[in-house]
Amino acid sequence: MNKEKIEQIRAEFPILTEKIYNKQLIYFDNGATTQKPRCVVEKIDAGYYHLNANIHRGVHYLSQKATEAHEAARTTVAEFLGAGKREEVIFTRGTTEAINLVAFSFGEAFCKAGDEVIVSVMEHHSNIVPWQMLCERKGMTLKVIPMNDKGELDIEAYKSLLNERTKIVSVAHVSNVLGTINPVKEIIRLAHEKNIPVLVDGAQAVPHIAVNVVDLDADFYVFSGHKIYGPTGIGALYGKEKWLNAIPPYQGGGEMIATVSFEKTTYNELPFKFEAGTPEYIGSTALAEALRYVQEIGIDEIAAYEHELTVYATKRLAEIENVRIIGTAAEKSAVVSFLVGNIHPYDIGMLLDKLGIAVRTGHHCAQPLIDSLGIPGTVRASFAFYNTKEEIDTFIDALKRVVMMLS
Amino acid sequence: MTINELQDEIIEEFSQFDDWMDKYSLLIDLGNSLEPLDGKHKTPQNIIEGCQSRVWLNADYVDGLVKYQGESDAILVKGIVSLLIQVMTNHTPDEILNTELYFIDKIGLKEHLSPTRSNGLVAMVKQMRMYALAYKAKGN
Repeated sequence: MNKEKIEQIRAEFPILTEKIYNKQLIYFDNGATTQKPRCVVEKIDAGYYHLNANIHRGVHYLSQKATEAHEAARTTVAEFLGAGKREEVIFTRGTTEAINLVAFSFGEAFCKAGDEVIVSVMEHHSNIVPWQMLCERKGMTLKVIPMNDKGELDIEAYKSLLNERTKIVSVAHVSNVLGTINPVKEIIRLAHEKNIPVLVDGAQAVPHIAVNVVDLDADFYVFSGHKIYGPTGIGALYGKEKWLNAIPPYQGGGEMIATVSFEKTTYNELPFKFEAGTPEYIGSTALAEALRYVQEIGIDEIAAYEHELTVYATKRLAEIENVRIIGTAAEKSAVVSFLVGNIHPYDIGMLLDKLGIAVRTGHHCAQPLIDSLGIPGTVRASFAFYNTKEEIDTFIDALKRVVMMLS
Repeated sequence: MTINELQDEIIEEFSQFDDWMDKYSLLIDLGNSLEPLDGKHKTPQNIIEGCQSRVWLNADYVDGLVKYQGESDAILVKGIVSLLIQVMTNHTPDEILNTELYFIDKIGLKEHLSPTRSNGLVAMVKQMRMYALAYKAKGN
């Protein structure tokens, strides 16, 4: 992407012109949430101004229109993920709810005492705690795939964890702390050799790299809308039809039923079986708009440009004495985690903030990973395609100043 | 000096700076010069776990006065810990319990004590008062 293109893109994100503490905002916390382009915000606006009626039940015009928009959004998500069928896409509040859904419903259908679940050491709490809750409920054991010093999963160790007690494997496609792009296709292939299904947490992957769930052969794939330029409160679960049919509903209520009587309720078919209550139909249409926007720019273009930014930031960081990059995997996404000497990440983050630069500090909701590294946390700069090398230069200058103050 | 007199003294000290950099430099100096907490007090019971940084707080009750010592792994937090101790230590439980802490707000470092900042400082202030309350009960 050339300079002109980036300028065009930046103009679509009004928040990027904000000033904080009288300084130009530099937003490097895209791993936590991304900013929204005009078209997404306008879609939300238009939804509430022109398209607001409860879906799937009204006979009236507006309800029909809203229903069509919500279902069209499902098709957009399915196409974005390369899913075979649109019914395989369930709207959720986000990644966390999607994982909880699978951990609960899959657990109810297929898990019993003595069984095992495999996650990796670099998981976000969202991909640990729901499985721990399942393990507690059923008397199961959580197994953890270790990693090497660069932050790459130990596939040999993973192989040795797979056994007849393993009921499901759940791993991140991209680590939110290290940026490592995990070899999920290989992880899935190995699990499938033993007929074990795999859930992939794609929250940090879909905004940055091309994903095709059929090519990966993922059994479940989940992501959040707000991390891919869409609104908060909406995300999606992709699940193979055979699994979604085989597991019970997660929540009960309206929408998810076929017939209800006090004696017996029958459940609706896919995808509605898993969407209890009034769905986030404004959010789903805005998410679809975000996905269209990303596709228009081109995910491969985005990946290439963000890779440039990541390489550049890593190179410039190396200028700073005693800097230590946390996560140096060969395959890396748009995340650079680092520490400088013995300076606490909180101190760096607080002072960078005063200079207008938003980074994340701490354990990034991946405490087991941070503990395993024996560090108090990291400073994390995570990029999006609207960031620039000039911003990285400003960030490096600011960081040098901050480090001087703290040394 | 009373707690309020000590608070006013700190406000006076910080009021000479307009620039945030100078304010933070002073905070860093305060953090660096805080007497390290004796290893024996760095126990799991004394730790106040924040999401971002950790704070240790120890208290003793000597001749009717509460004595605090504390530390943090982040220097800016340590600076605030130093200020809190400066203000709160060597007072009676009653004075500690009956005085409002206003200096952090006045010196423009309030954000560090916001409950959403999760650096352990809010919990530290609460814990300081808890100690005072416990010693007061003991004293009675």
